[in-house]
Amino acid sequence: MTTTPKIDYEKIKGVHKVPLEELYTSGHRTCQGCESATTMRGFIKASGPRTIVTGATGCMYVANTSYLTTPWIVPWMHTQLGAGGASAVGMAAGVRALQRKGKIKQEKINIINFSGDLGAGDMGIGGISGALQSDYDLLIIMYDNESAANTDIQATGLSIYGAQTTFTPPGSKHRIMQRRWKKNVAGMLAVGHPTCKYVATACATFPPTDYLNKTRKALSIGGPTFIHTYDPCPKGWDYHPRYSNELGELGIKCGIYPLYEIVEGNVIYTWDARKSGKGRIPVKEFLQRQGRFEHLIQEDIDYIQKGVDEMWEEWEIPGVAPLKGILKARI
Amino acid sequence: MTVTMEKPKSGMSDGVYEREELLNGCQAVAQGVCLADVDVIAAYPIRPYTEVMDALSKLIADGAFDAEYIIADSEHSQFEIVKHASSVNARAFGGSSGTGWMYGMEALTVTATDRLPPMFVVGNRALDDPGAFGVEHNDAMAVRDLGWLLCWVTTPQEALEHVLIGYRVAEDKNVRMPMALAIDGAFLTHSQHIVKIPSVAAAKKFLPQYDLAERRLHPDNPISVAPQANEDWVMEIRRQNWEAAKRARGVIKEAYKEFNAIFGERYAQPYFDEYMTDDAETVLIGVGTVAAPGRTAVKRLREKGHKVGYVNLRWFRPFPTEELRACLSRFKSVGVVDRDFAHGSPDNCGILMHEIRSCLYPAKNRPAIVNFIGGLGGRDLSIADAQKMFDITAQAAKKDSMDGYITWIGLRE
Repeated sequence: MTTTPKIDYEKIKGVHKVPLEELYTSGHRTCQGCESATTMRGFIKASGPRTIVTGATGCMYVANTSYLTTPWIVPWMHTQLGAGGASAVGMAAGVRALQRKGKIKQEKINIINFSGDLGAGDMGIGGISGALQSDYDLLIIMYDNESAANTDIQATGLSIYGAQTTFTPPGSKHRIMQRRWKKNVAGMLAVGHPTCKYVATACATFPPTDYLNKTRKALSIGGPTFIHTYDPCPKGWDYHPRYSNELGELGIKCGIYPLYEIVEGNVIYTWDARKSGKGRIPVKEFLQRQGRFEHLIQEDIDYIQKGVDEMWEEWEIPGVAPLKGILKARI
Repeated sequence: MTVTMEKPKSGMSDGVYEREELLNGCQAVAQGVCLADVDVIAAYPIRPYTEVMDALSKLIADGAFDAEYIIADSEHSQFEIVKHASSVNARAFGGSSGTGWMYGMEALTVTATDRLPPMFVVGNRALDDPGAFGVEHNDAMAVRDLGWLLCWVTTPQEALEHVLIGYRVAEDKNVRMPMALAIDGAFLTHSQHIVKIPSVAAAKKFLPQYDLAERRLHPDNPISVAPQANEDWVMEIRRQNWEAAKRARGVIKEAYKEFNAIFGERYAQPYFDEYMTDDAETVLIGVGTVAAPGRTAVKRLREKGHKVGYVNLRWFRPFPTEELRACLSRFKSVGVVDRDFAHGSPDNCGILMHEIRSCLYPAKNRPAIVNFIGGLGGRDLSIADAQKMFDITAQAAKKDSMDGYITWIGLRE
């Protein structure tokens, strides 16, 4: 096994220390208030120019990269909706083989895939599992706006219980059509891949610089790594674009979005929503700010609150793994 | 033009061939991949192509060959891995069979539209349901309109050689299309022949290093590949693909010329080869291993004085339109053997029949033409079957009606 040189990343201490260099610039046509554009701009700022990016089909493909007006300063390639993991493996394997055989210069080249919740969390989860079993240096970022935002806001496996989407419209007979609980992707991937050294959840803007440093940490630790980001979406969640940052913060503070990193099996909360920690604000404060939950009645909000409480108070590893304990062994 | 394709003529002593081994089609392909100095291999199991990947992993384990070997989680991932490895300028290899090939179809589609030139071996297999391990050609045929190079070979020797020829054509800067090398399940994947293995030096001389040049993804070449284009540009981009497929014919011809120059006169014709057709009146044409019973039947019928011949079509994409039109217009009647089906298509014929009939439409001398569907699900097409097909084809020249236009050979009724 050849060892490739590493890039030494400094921890970004405060927003004034964020690199000024833009590697994702003008030319895209994402919506006003698009948090995912901030997520995108952030990871490439954090990782720097010696990076190859693959972007899976999704709103951040279609809205981002129009022919002849690419916003990317680094090499970028489209990949299919469910191919995020495979795209990163293919490129990392290619780069490693070419470097080992002396066909290109030995250096650290970051390989980052950017896939949405539909691509990474549903269709492509098998491929990402395959990638996380490999020994290639690659990072997969799942930007989660809780819908298929490109195709006009359809529910995905990561949509929140009760949310209105075009697949789950409230009706006169069924108030709630979105009856699935949000899929726990980061926790599932961390638990299922014992040799993966870094899995994290993040939000591009809260707490400030947390996400940028998680990106750098993932790239520094190396091997296959995974970050799940929570990306408020004004179009899909139905709120004024000026509140994107605030909604991310509220989602984290109410405990719906657990914020943590798992470094070689150790969980570090980067916003502690346990009772013993900073505690949580009621989920209602997050839900009532969005049109997608407007049809909910108190009973529905109580149900969501109960589920979130359970995540933090009954799960063996709060917010991470939905196992509630060990019963007496039957031998 | 009459040639037999069984053994390379060049001797072992001239340094072009290194050694002889008893190999089946899968193992021969693996030797070709080794000689092509492939950088990235992605594997996923399905019969019957899998043994190619078995053989490659053993070659790597034994240090005979150096490549990244990835065990994918599905064919879709497998093909995407191959595609993306190819995009960073690594020579990449994959493969599949039957429904596995279909499972990865989305990835196969974009590999072609991205104009990337990896190679895939297709160990032809019947599509489910019902399950069957044996050969049928509908799997590989599924990429025929997507911008792929698609070629059938008939022996392990040809299979090995076409890994080298295939990469050379696919990677040519005037082509850059993915290559599907089709080998019939069982009849070629698992039938053993003595194979002469080219020397590394000779293979290297024939196959230059892969260079995607201005289209490779690397931090030193920061391009954006395949952004959303919509109606503004898609038509022009499709036209570029079309031009490349057109240019591929010339590149294929050149590749065989060069191959013959290095390895001895292996291939008299690039796109197809003809057996005892010089004075023939009735010929059969097919792809893949049906050539073996086809040629043997020719030999036997010739002994009885019948003027018959066999045309083995090697390159299906690009289709050798002009050459095949000129070739087939020389005969009185042509029987097209399809190891595939196209249910509900015009006259209910097979895929190959449609292509050949379409190719012959503008010909000045159109031969009588009939279609055979046979060998489905891996059923044997015997010498007796081939003789029967020659008989029906010869009769066709004397008929005005469409009677007997399509015959299912070997069907229990």
